[in-house]
Amino acid sequence: MKTKPSPKPSTTPPAAAAPEAERANSPARLLELYGQIVLIRRAEERLIAMFADGEVPGFIHLSIGQEAVSAGVMSALTATDTIASTHRGHGHAIAKGLPLDGFFAELLARNAGLCRGRGGSMHVADMSVGMLGANGIVGAGLSIALGSALAHKRLGRTAVAVAFFGDGALAEGLLHECLNMAALWRLPLLFVCENNGWSEFLPSDKQIAFKLKDLAAAYGIPHTSVDGNDVAAVADAAAEVVAAVRAHGPAVLECLTTRVRGHFEGDAQKYRDPADMQALSERDPLRIAARELARLGIGEESLEAVRARVEERIAAAVTAARAGTDPDFMAAKADVYTPAEAL
Amino acid sequence: MPEIRYLAAINRALGDALQDDPTVVVFGEDVSEAGGSFGASRGLRERFGADRVFDTPISEAAIAGAAVGAALSGLRPVVEIMFMDFTTLVMDAMVNQAAKARFMFGGQASVPMVLRTPHGGGLGAGPQHSQCLEAWFAHIPGLKVVCPSDPVSAYGLLRAAIADPDPVVVVENKALYAMKGEVPDQLEPMPIGHARILREGRDVTLVSYGAAVHTCRKAADRLAAEGVEPEVLDLLSLQPWDEAAVLASLSRTHRLVVVHEAVEAFGIGAEIAARMADIGFDELDAPIARVGAPFMPVPFSKALESAYIPSADAVAGAVRRILA
Repeated sequence: MKTKPSPKPSTTPPAAAAPEAERANSPARLLELYGQIVLIRRAEERLIAMFADGEVPGFIHLSIGQEAVSAGVMSALTATDTIASTHRGHGHAIAKGLPLDGFFAELLARNAGLCRGRGGSMHVADMSVGMLGANGIVGAGLSIALGSALAHKRLGRTAVAVAFFGDGALAEGLLHECLNMAALWRLPLLFVCENNGWSEFLPSDKQIAFKLKDLAAAYGIPHTSVDGNDVAAVADAAAEVVAAVRAHGPAVLECLTTRVRGHFEGDAQKYRDPADMQALSERDPLRIAARELARLGIGEESLEAVRARVEERIAAAVTAARAGTDPDFMAAKADVYTPAEAL
Repeated sequence: MPEIRYLAAINRALGDALQDDPTVVVFGEDVSEAGGSFGASRGLRERFGADRVFDTPISEAAIAGAAVGAALSGLRPVVEIMFMDFTTLVMDAMVNQAAKARFMFGGQASVPMVLRTPHGGGLGAGPQHSQCLEAWFAHIPGLKVVCPSDPVSAYGLLRAAIADPDPVVVVENKALYAMKGEVPDQLEPMPIGHARILREGRDVTLVSYGAAVHTCRKAADRLAAEGVEPEVLDLLSLQPWDEAAVLASLSRTHRLVVVHEAVEAFGIGAEIAARMADIGFDELDAPIARVGAPFMPVPFSKALESAYIPSADAVAGAVRRILA
């Protein structure tokens, strides 16, 4: 694979990626991807409401507008592939297959949460599906994914590891260390940059003096750019890139996407141009997928059925989470180290 | 009993762990082709191959972070950070990731990694190659910290650290690397969290770890000539530390001096002194004294450095002060 010459997103799927039946824009597959986006979107919209009501403690960082990246990349992974996520990780977690009950219970700080109410939004993890954790430290997931890829290779697995990071993390020195080591050792590591144009409260062009494409080229790592709001495009690009990573070593997939709700939920985004905010709806990954499904002849009733199933799942998960109890302090305190009886 | 060097004991522990467990890997700067900058991993690449004993670029943050990720994905990584001073660069991986993964993921995972690193002065290595920073790591819930003082403990604690399901920082005093000591034919892992008595005594307890235990022994010999019999306790493990053993010794001697090469202020000694002042208050016949390095960077000049590192005279002086 070659580094793409154009910095602009390529909305057309890469050529010769997969047989026609498996292509993302086959109706069945696109409908499935649409379902994933709806699931992430509705889960986060539910969190917005519960956060406003004071039901969700702490900070949450929403991935609304970026869901196609999670859905598309994860569609190319198997259950044994591992991912390291970011502070904006709900989409990654849900798309990787975390149980929804445990996800909501964790966000509500319940004992039944995936992390038993000790981590919350920024630390959601599920080792059983290869989700090595959201992360409160920008860029930290890069080296965790590097190590995971190292383990896959040393233990003779065919699995790949995926490091998700935002364009804000382009300014972290650890990215250089990890790109270098991944290239040196030809690790099965995919770097997925969710480039939403913002580094916390500043546009990234005020923080980053280089293009990721050029940086990747410096390490001899192939770079692919894709419209991160077009789930079919992401899925096709990911299928091709993941296969290449499995066979040959590291790659960078840069997904150009949009951050809709600000850096954190509650961010009034006064620093943003209202016209830019207005334009976001045109790039809404849900609308783009729905439009494509209509073009493929999928009727609105099929989409409605998908949405209804999602609503049911979320309602059930929220109900279960709300019914949960607080975690026990002594049990938490006893679990800082592996308990002796487990040795 | 045969004699081996401290460094050879580390080498043997690494080799035995690599032999016994196929998931153990050793990596770090110059650990493979060069066999380690101090030689701790010499010959291991030849025995176990470059897939299991491999060199990394000079990227401490990624070395430690990769160890966390590898440990979460089925390996038991043993990484070397060439000087403890360089662990400033691994703090996110150790403090925010390795230490917290088990807890913040609700017990789903543990991070069975080991970070080996040498501390200590005496080699004229200067302010950035001599520091004793173990208290930083001992302050972090989720990390374990051990500090061997002789070949037997260098082997035993490293084996225990590698077998441990949680992240362990193994701090080696580089001035001890060349030290020779008798070892049994069959070296064994030493359980983490247990102190040992190196010298029995009735008048004062000297609690120490690493190279400073030898300073304490020297001081004890001098004091014995004056009719004072100190008990010397080697902590071996700093997090967790053997509170029961320190309290038991204090209950026999009723006086306590805590000694380490690290800067005295805010150090391991402060924790031990505070704890014993609380739970051991009724046993104390004198104030608890601390002997550590002064609050200044480790100097380069031999004249300055030898004044900097706590001496046997300083330890004996502290004992005489609290006996007076």
